[in-house]
Amino acid sequence: MATTLFEKVWNAHVVQSIENGPQVVYIDKHFIHEVTTPQAFAGLDKRGIKVLRPKQTIATADHNVPTKNQLLPIKEALSKKQVDTLIENCKNHNIELYGLGHPFQGIVHVIGPELGITQPGLTIVCGDSHTSTHGAFGAIAFGIGTSEVEQVLATQCILQTKPKKMRINVDGVLGKGVTAKDIILYIISKISTSGGTGFFVEYAGSAIRSLSMEARMTICNMSIEMGARGGIIAPDEITFEYLRGRKFVPQNFEAAKEKWKLLKTDDDAVFDMEYNFDAADIEPMITYGTNPAMGLKISEKIPTNDDAGLEKALDYMGFKKGQSLIGKEIDYVFLGSCTNSRMEDFRQFCLFVKGKQKAANVTVWIVPGSKQIEQQAIAEGLDIILKEAGMELREPGCSACLGMNEDKIPAGNYCVSTSNRNFEGRQGQGARTLLASPLMAAAAAITGKITDVRELI
Amino acid sequence: MRLCVKKKHNMEKFTTIQTTAVPLNMEDVDTDQIIPARFLKATTREGFGDNLFRDWRYNSDNTFKEDFVLNNKNYSGKILVVGKNFGCGSSREHAAWAIHDYGFKVVVSSFFADIFKNNALNNGLLPVVVSPAFSQKLFSEIEKNPATEIKVDLENQTIEITSTQEKENFDINPYKKTCMINGYDDIDFLLSLKDKVEAFENKSH
Ligand code: SF4
Repeated sequence: MATTLFEKVWNAHVVQSIENGPQVVYIDKHFIHEVTTPQAFAGLDKRGIKVLRPKQTIATADHNVPTKNQLLPIKEALSKKQVDTLIENCKNHNIELYGLGHPFQGIVHVIGPELGITQPGLTIVCGDSHTSTHGAFGAIAFGIGTSEVEQVLATQCILQTKPKKMRINVDGVLGKGVTAKDIILYIISKISTSGGTGFFVEYAGSAIRSLSMEARMTICNMSIEMGARGGIIAPDEITFEYLRGRKFVPQNFEAAKEKWKLLKTDDDAVFDMEYNFDAADIEPMITYGTNPAMGLKISEKIPTNDDAGLEKALDYMGFKKGQSLIGKEIDYVFLGSCTNSRMEDFRQFCLFVKGKQKAANVTVWIVPGSKQIEQQAIAEGLDIILKEAGMELREPGCSACLGMNEDKIPAGNYCVSTSNRNFEGRQGQGARTLLASPLMAAAAAITGKITDVRELI
Repeated sequence: MRLCVKKKHNMEKFTTIQTTAVPLNMEDVDTDQIIPARFLKATTREGFGDNLFRDWRYNSDNTFKEDFVLNNKNYSGKILVVGKNFGCGSSREHAAWAIHDYGFKVVVSSFFADIFKNNALNNGLLPVVVSPAFSQKLFSEIEKNPATEIKVDLENQTIEITSTQEKENFDINPYKKTCMINGYDDIDFLLSLKDKVEAFENKSH
């Protein structure tokens, strides 16, 4: 029978099916961080059991860490306790920890791929919804809750109901100034925050195939914002070339590559749902509301329909129906998060700001996704470009993406952010988030207002 | 079907519940609203109820926001009735812990986000999915008369507005149902499969 890429990987990992129930799925790689694991380890300790396969779990500290002076003790007592608890748990259970100060430390979804731990055909979970990022490599990767983290630690398996299959095709050529972030914000604006619920999404089509691995990760990353469990893209030469030479890829890379090449959807496989989009219809995107589906093309105006949710969102954001966002003054720019904090994002951003000055009314936070990216940015002189533009390169972590550490956007302030969520208070109590691409963020940082980046490139 | 063998360490058995309900008539409520990130710093599962819907429930000076439904003295009970796409966004299980810790045993919606639903089931909080029409009926009955009682019978998979006797069946995965009714736990079940897991590892690696 013709099968999809998702089914091939899924079926190869089913340990047992429960009649009328979920399936027991084997997990190859498990990423953990400080926030969603303490209760899981406490559960193991209470049962008196150890982690079953410690070598398949990889830990880092990212959500709750400062992005300045990371080598000093963490000032905030509760954050420190969480990070210390992770160190302690990893020690007790023999888990490799890329903690603060380690050259591999970084946002969990950034370090997995850059170390070559994320590979085609694997099953990957993490107590974080943006685990979907790893699907860009043709892996099945999805976020789980803490009880499920405990399941995986204890048994290397998880109980899951098989999701339905969706394919989203984006064909054609992207316009000037349009990037992967715009593709995914566009898709979400079309199919809503719940349009993907119950599905696992395969992204396909010529526009997707032409993207770099960094860009594919940006797309898969935000699958969860339409409710999907995850996103997946068939591996190809771009995938293999990205992985070649990375630290944890299989020693016999060529043999692995031959196997990975088989990972694709059969021509006559059938999806439960399929969407087709034209790349030429996509513009630089920006969100105006309080969920990621409330996004528009930069040339469009805020909708005018009667809808209580829209009114509540606009009230929070301080916007009006029918308004254009162009020219709206902003207060902060955040380049970072597992959506857009990789080298490609940094290069794009820096290429734009090079030789320009940040607007006086804007505070800019530049937060790399990992220590390796921070080092690479310095090696390429990007820190100097940023400095000359009046901006500062910080140290890696989730930072203002969720405002758990001290990087919080003050109430009422507007932030053009390359992260993935514009929920009320996401970046700090009362903060107003406008999601956009690194390029759009760069334009906002320089002009001090929301700007159609196409006019400046 | 071989099921979980031991009792879950922290999950109670779930049978039938009949109480008044609290109506939160909003769509797309994300887990950042249910429990904001700044309250995720705990290393235990307890105490999250105090910060449930924190920024909707309290003003910045920690006084209650009168117009938020949890602060409305007319409404109480162990059942939370919510709008569609409840629990979207972050996978934080703290959202389910916070709702349970506050005292709710059941959440009713016409549509839940996936991860939230799993998290709820794993913590003895029953997510009941009803039709959009029944959801509307629930909201209007409860808002009309806050003393309206709702009966949720897990064994028979029914939800009923007792005053009007309007009733609907709901779906639940039979495995999860057994776990909820008996207070069973996924981990015990998975641990009992150890040999199978090892056989799987030997075969595929
Ligand atoms: S960067 Fe943001 S979305 Fe990504 S893992 Fe961290 S908190 Fe989650």
